[in-house]
Amino acid sequence: MKEDTDIRKDFPILNQEINGKPLIYLDNAATTQKPKVVIDRLSDFLSKENANIHRGVHYLSMNATTLYDEARSCVANFINAENDDEIIFVRGATEAINLVARSFCNEKLEPDDEILITEMEHHANIVPWQLIAGEHGARVVPAPITDEGEMDLDQFESLLNERTKLLAFVHASNALGTINPAKKMVEIAHRKGIPVLIDGAQAVAHQEVNVQDLECDFYVFSSHKIFGPDGLGVLYGRKELLNKMTPYQGGGDMIETVSFDGTTFRPSPERFEAGTPNISGAIGLKAAIDYINDIGWETIHEKESLLMNHANESLGKIPSIKLIGTAENKVPVLSFTIDSAHPHDIATILDTKGIAVRAGHHCAQPLMKRLGLSATTRASLSFYNKVDEINQLTEALKEISALFES
Amino acid sequence: MEDLSDLYQEIILAHNKRPRNGEPLIPCTHQAEGFNPLCGDKLTVYLRKSDEEVNEIACNTEGCAISRASGSIMTTMIQGKTVSEIEKQIEETKTLLTGDEEPEIDLAQHGDMAALVGVRKFPARIKCATLAWHALESALRGEVEATTE
Ligand SMILES: Cc1ncc(COP(=O)(O)O)c(C=O)c1O
Repeated sequence: MKEDTDIRKDFPILNQEINGKPLIYLDNAATTQKPKVVIDRLSDFLSKENANIHRGVHYLSMNATTLYDEARSCVANFINAENDDEIIFVRGATEAINLVARSFCNEKLEPDDEILITEMEHHANIVPWQLIAGEHGARVVPAPITDEGEMDLDQFESLLNERTKLLAFVHASNALGTINPAKKMVEIAHRKGIPVLIDGAQAVAHQEVNVQDLECDFYVFSSHKIFGPDGLGVLYGRKELLNKMTPYQGGGDMIETVSFDGTTFRPSPERFEAGTPNISGAIGLKAAIDYINDIGWETIHEKESLLMNHANESLGKIPSIKLIGTAENKVPVLSFTIDSAHPHDIATILDTKGIAVRAGHHCAQPLMKRLGLSATTRASLSFYNKVDEINQLTEALKEISALFES
Repeated sequence: MEDLSDLYQEIILAHNKRPRNGEPLIPCTHQAEGFNPLCGDKLTVYLRKSDEEVNEIACNTEGCAISRASGSIMTTMIQGKTVSEIEKQIEETKTLLTGDEEPEIDLAQHGDMAALVGVRKFPARIKCATLAWHALESALRGEVEATTE
């Protein structure tokens, strides 16, 4: 197993001072930092291997095409997709969801149809459905959660009905940390013949995902949240669904033949990748996945659960802190409030101590409303964080409490 | 917390805890809301105003310490002033908080507002400090809403 100090050294950005204090980066749910292998891979590709793909017969173009295809294959293995063709590179989790809304739901939705989501969704998994539903006179229905931030599975099941044309839910909540019982939820929906999209944006960095075991129809995530470059995301879709869907955007590379009488489209993935894609991004994502595999899930779990237990215990001892989201099964996300101090003041004060956290509604305003809050402060961890960083966060929060209560 | 003395000083914390003129003023002659969609700060400025003068003002804020303190301090500076005095005050405050040049603090002139000058070092938070003043401006003009976006 890699020593902590070695892991820290893998991430150059961690070795710096912010506001005169060593950086303590606890905003990993917003984006993760990049290991040197990813930075170097991008730099190498751009310095030595850059070319457009699928177009040239020259060496660099063929080589870039191979690298891009290898990246797709690597992602397919990473989430255990059956076929490489089931992996579509897009701009991010957000675009992947929009793609499914446009290309899958557009033809399916009739007036009064429903798309079932949950109360704990990120705006990215709410708004695209509202847009497409609105165009067809259909509705987006949220399945309720408990005060602890877990799904109420009985109510969830009763909301899936013959009008439900899609279930879309978050695998792990960015605001609460809750890991949903995804396999079970898919099974319940499939029993009623309802296709399922899972928003895996916050899950992929913390646990092994197996789309065949989950049996979901679509799975989406963003590269930047798993140590890869930004501007790249992944849509997994079952092949038989993808090849029936209408293209999302038109352009080069996605066509079979083009004439002014009409155009025929290539199968997935090219069907959905119009134009020059984010080639370097895909190659960077492969480097990130290789890095994760190198560290190993076992090490990641061990380190993250140690940090999470310590954080729960330390923050739990501060009487003024109220943890928001206390599900049994969580990714290392700690959302909390302090009655006397507003989240933005907390985050500003932490920043002066070099501690980066997020404050606000976490792009989940309906969830905040459900919980009767306007905002929370969120510390989100990764395996490269240290126990000592949690201690410093804890000390800082004690000071902040005292300051605002005085 | 020496490195924070610049922003989270006692004056700010006291105004945050017990804002002056913080209860809605109903009925009033003029009223405007301020909203910062980025962080969710929400406030309402209420005025009882004649043609020439603001006789009473209140600012009811749901938000961070900076926005609450700023609104509270604002009300203490505006009460009983003429409209043209207030307009001048608004301009001075904007310069104080967002002007290109580092302001010279004159406690006699700026009063508690001087404590908010520290926000200049926190660019992400300046809008929290200016929100109440934008809403005041809207209220004077008879508009109903000010946002920072
Ligand atoms: C749960 C969840 N879904 C979707 C997204 C959207 O990801 P992106 O902004 O990378 O498209 C995020 C990002 O914050 C997220 O946390």
